[in-house]
Amino acid sequence: MREFLEGSRAVAEAVRLCKPGVISAYPITPQTHIVEELAQMVANGELNAQFVNVESEHSAASVVLGAVATGVRAFTATSSQGLLYMAEVLFNIAGLRLPLVLTCANRAISAPINIWNDQQDSVSLRDSGWIQLYAENNQEAVDFHLMGYRLSEDKTIMLPVMVCMDGFILTHGMETVDIPDQAKVDKFLPPYKALYKLDPTAPLTMGLLADPDYYLETRFAIQETFKDVLKLIPKINVEFSSHFGRDYHDGLVEEYRTKDAEKVIVAMGSVCGTIKQAVDELRSKGKRVGLLKIISYRPFPYARVYEILKDVARVAVLDKAVSLGAYAPLAVEIKAAFFGKKKSPKVISSFVAGLGGRDITLDSIKEILRKLTQKEVSLEFIDLKPELLREEYGE
Amino acid sequence: MENKTLFRPGHTACAGCGQVIAARLVIDTAGSNTIVVNNTGCLEVLSTRYPESAWAVPWIHSLFENAAAVASGVEAALIYLGKKEAINVIAQGGDGGTADIGLQALSGMWERGHDILYVCYDNEAYENTGIQRSGLSPYGANTTTSPPGTQSFGNPRPKKPMPEIALAHGIPYVATCSVGFIADIQRKVKKALSIKGPKYIQIHVSCPLGWRHEPAATVDVARLAVETGLYPLIEYENGKLTAVRRIIPKPVEEYLKAQGRFRHLLNNPEGIKEIQAIADHNIEKYGLKAESQATA
Repeated sequence: MREFLEGSRAVAEAVRLCKPGVISAYPITPQTHIVEELAQMVANGELNAQFVNVESEHSAASVVLGAVATGVRAFTATSSQGLLYMAEVLFNIAGLRLPLVLTCANRAISAPINIWNDQQDSVSLRDSGWIQLYAENNQEAVDFHLMGYRLSEDKTIMLPVMVCMDGFILTHGMETVDIPDQAKVDKFLPPYKALYKLDPTAPLTMGLLADPDYYLETRFAIQETFKDVLKLIPKINVEFSSHFGRDYHDGLVEEYRTKDAEKVIVAMGSVCGTIKQAVDELRSKGKRVGLLKIISYRPFPYARVYEILKDVARVAVLDKAVSLGAYAPLAVEIKAAFFGKKKSPKVISSFVAGLGGRDITLDSIKEILRKLTQKEVSLEFIDLKPELLREEYGE
Repeated sequence: MENKTLFRPGHTACAGCGQVIAARLVIDTAGSNTIVVNNTGCLEVLSTRYPESAWAVPWIHSLFENAAAVASGVEAALIYLGKKEAINVIAQGGDGGTADIGLQALSGMWERGHDILYVCYDNEAYENTGIQRSGLSPYGANTTTSPPGTQSFGNPRPKKPMPEIALAHGIPYVATCSVGFIADIQRKVKKALSIKGPKYIQIHVSCPLGWRHEPAATVDVARLAVETGLYPLIEYENGKLTAVRRIIPKPVEEYLKAQGRFRHLLNNPEGIKEIQAIADHNIEKYGLKAESQATA
């Protein structure tokens, strides 16, 4: 059913349809509306789940870890400092090969404290063993949760999924979204059946100490599984499309007017909507520009990126996060996709924008395209205010 | 107790480890319908080195500080499945994992009222990482991070009052035990598991490595801690003190000289006096003194 909903409400509806038995919640802006909506659903008897109000994000992640280890589908959500505080547990969940879905309402990292959107939080956890999917709009956010559980719980995968949606821009933005029927969701997403669980009738030990004779293979196994994730995401998307009618193609990336494009911007998340509008405007003026939207940041779809961009003359990578002291995170991946390959864009320039909620406007996008010249630039910050950059050292 | 132990031999504990004696008593008393969630620490490391496990019950280890929170998730899942009534959930850890780094998660578990027994194996230091001071290290103890020297006489602070912190949460059952009194551990674990809601049991477990005593002295040293009044065995139900182990108090020197970690204090009458004052305070506070030999 199509409804005009706040993004957080839409995600809560999606989670309800996935029927988690345990939900843990700890407030942090801009994630909080999601768990508030779920709390009300549980209070109203619309969702049969144990709702656990924990004392920290560390425990929020630990509670869902314990629940899924006991064989029950679980859910939690967080942002920013909360995600970083969870970090230790998130690595642990992936290492334990426990399937989960977590919503990250993307928000900047302190200091300075800032509640507004960028993607530094989830990008900082790129090495945690979590699959990361970035939503452009609230419909994608809804759909990625449904697909997230399918993917995570697949017996060949058994890795957790983080659905990343830009804080405020999506979580607090009102859009018309299609909330699927429960019956359809039930067909697409069967009840969770754990491969391994804590059960007194079949006792097993989970979370053992692995010494140097065994640890390496556990990490290798996850690395190998991520190859399977790259193959499974497109299959699940085909199935999703047949159930719900929405087609995300391979589900790893979205190409927008990239055929014949001379300049392509690569980006993740809600800014892709703004970029699409800029692309349409420029195309109407005869400029051959396009967008490559990365949906799956982990695993990273290097082969798809190569295929799509190999004949493009100039590529601009737009990062909403930084890796301080090094190249920007998404730019590194795009460059890596062409390293040692036969074909490559002549220019791959890297831009950083939107940190801490600075608006990325149509003009910002056009500025990026203007700066995408023959001369490759790296770590070019867009919309900086020079008047704020005077250095003052006091006496 | 079941005939077959649920904490099987073959683990890698030190000879004379008090913690494994207590852990075996706890799980064998709880029985096979139990899920155990273990913090990182000696007990976890020595019992679950892949590909072996000492545990014959479902058991999970996640991190150093989150057993209480993981157990909260296990309990919530069991309630969701309609299986909680039939299955015990025990969360457990050492003194560091409980009273220091894990206290927040434990406080959350207590406050939320989960039906979980939390067991703290208190060997009074971070023994697993090499005998560093914890919040439950006793006053004056020599640990690798509270060594005596010209400017220090050892650990400068008394033990964090964990049973009182537990009681302040209003939980229905709080007790202390000692590996020196085995039947008492069994009785209290059984009692705790008969009560719905959050329970806390803290067991004093001697550590030959960290305390520096002979492996064969484990039980004797632990008994001395109780018999001097330094480790009172107490039991609270619904906030009321319902039982204490009465003693004919021995001087604290007997306990201090039975191990190496207090050796530096033996020629320090002031230091011994201060530790005696801690014991005297406990004896007074909990009414530990037996009227006669017969009641001790």
